[in-house]
Amino acid sequence: MIWNEHIECCSRDAMTQRQSDGLRKMVERLYFNVPFYRKKFQEMDLSPHDIRGIEDLHKLPFTYKQDLRDNYPMGLFAVPQSEIVRLHASSGTTGKQTVVGYTRKDLDMWSEVVARCFSAAGISKKDIVQIAYGYGLFTGGLGLHYGTEKVGASVIPISGGNTHRQLQMMQDLGSTVLACTPSYALYLAESLEKAGITREQTKLRVGIFGAEAWTNEMRKELEYKLGLKAFDIYGLSEIMGPGVACECECQNGLHVNEDHFIPEIIDPLTLEPLPEGQVGELVFTTITKEGLPLLRYRTRDLSALHYDTCSCGRTLVRMEKCKGRTDDMLIIRGVNVFPSQIESVLLNMHETSPHYQLIVDRVNNLDILEVHVEMDEHFFADEIRKIEDLNKRIKHNIENTLGISVGVKLVEPNTIERSEGKAKRIIDNRKK
Amino acid sequence: MTIQQLSVFLENKSGRLLEVTKVLAEHDINMSAFSIADSSDFGMLRMIVDKPEAAYTALKNNNFSVNITQVVGLVVPDTAGSLYNALEILKKDNIEVEYMYAFSFKDNATVIIRSANAEQTAAALKTAGFQTMD
Ligand SMILES: [Zn+2]
Repeated sequence: MIWNEHIECCSRDAMTQRQSDGLRKMVERLYFNVPFYRKKFQEMDLSPHDIRGIEDLHKLPFTYKQDLRDNYPMGLFAVPQSEIVRLHASSGTTGKQTVVGYTRKDLDMWSEVVARCFSAAGISKKDIVQIAYGYGLFTGGLGLHYGTEKVGASVIPISGGNTHRQLQMMQDLGSTVLACTPSYALYLAESLEKAGITREQTKLRVGIFGAEAWTNEMRKELEYKLGLKAFDIYGLSEIMGPGVACECECQNGLHVNEDHFIPEIIDPLTLEPLPEGQVGELVFTTITKEGLPLLRYRTRDLSALHYDTCSCGRTLVRMEKCKGRTDDMLIIRGVNVFPSQIESVLLNMHETSPHYQLIVDRVNNLDILEVHVEMDEHFFADEIRKIEDLNKRIKHNIENTLGISVGVKLVEPNTIERSEGKAKRIIDNRKK
Repeated sequence: MTIQQLSVFLENKSGRLLEVTKVLAEHDINMSAFSIADSSDFGMLRMIVDKPEAAYTALKNNNFSVNITQVVGLVVPDTAGSLYNALEILKKDNIEVEYMYAFSFKDNATVIIRSANAEQTAAALKTAGFQTMD
């Protein structure tokens, strides 16, 4: 079902018009209400009148995560605190935390875009949605919560963790939808298996997974283990939270709610906008947000955009499933390595568990990457030679994919830490 | 004709063997034979126990990678050349031995033989007059 056909299927001209109108107003608002942006404009000798429409988007300054940190906690807010009805904070995994604020209108808009996402994933009022994203400062739980209510589905606001209870509620209440990080979904799948509960014994049919980059191989794994169709939802707290973009039933990229968030792809080195279809860093400009509007926010996520009409009928631009964050990218002996590449290799082999960790060290000025992979008891042979063979094949396949030599170590099951939120895939022991 | 052997994957770190024996002791499982093979990164514990299914479940519940394989427990007569005779039989039948280890059981020596097909191996030995464990 299409939640808002008027917007989601409108013509490109109509969308451009809408975006240009929104952008002009937003630039003006920022110039007068946020000293940080006014100063940036003045430094660049840029006037709000120079921005006539989205064709002038590239003239605008970028906003970085560091800008939010520098103006901590509420220095970039564009409305007085009295207008703010909700505050969230980022996890601060890669540095000092940042705070984001929402007006009542922002929350309404958030519910609207999440409702679009859920409808695109085929969720309706008949569904029971188990939200196993963390509730609290993290935007995942509450962000999806109100959108779920807007669609009219029943929400189980169970939040993350307490796996035993997750399984019990899933069975007792008959959850049809599971929303959480893909790492936690995998952990729940394993816990179901351990508890002797088959996928037929749950009513799960849809998974809404996001907040970290995951591969199509992981999609297959989760769909098989949980007996559901898995959808990727994208968002980040600085821009709003989950619901910035989501897959439709065609799963041919994620439709961006571009009437609120204008996406661009830039070359992260030259900062030049890249043409349609080319992979680069995703940048968002919010055009309707009141509390914390941002211009050209550098997401550090790598993706590409496609503007052709999707088979589902939506005309909203599609972003490719994120390949990973530039933050997660490891540079090993000059080669870019993403954890997702290793995940793909392992899942394609069907001989190991999908749990892995990357350990990076520097020995004699040389970067050493060691991949720890958990043995899967289903593929465990009792002969040393066969395990050594498996080890060699994993090493060979990873080296083929990455183009650098790596060490592979098979470890015992359940020794790599499980995550109830985002998985910790990398341990980098090199001096920063 | 064949018996069940448990194999446990162990990372080469201290205390893991202790853990395995602790789990078995807690479940009142008696081990009659074992061998450890190791490479530089990991080890493989193979053992014959009195309650293989129970041992399998107990170890699995304690997060060990464990599986059950069928092996032949050859009872070797206490005479010179008897192991040689047994291996001759296997060679003649083109049965390749993956690995073997021995232990004494009651008053006999017993050799655990792992091959691709345990049934076939046991049958070949039986036909030639050897005794195997049940
Ligand atoms: Zn679509």
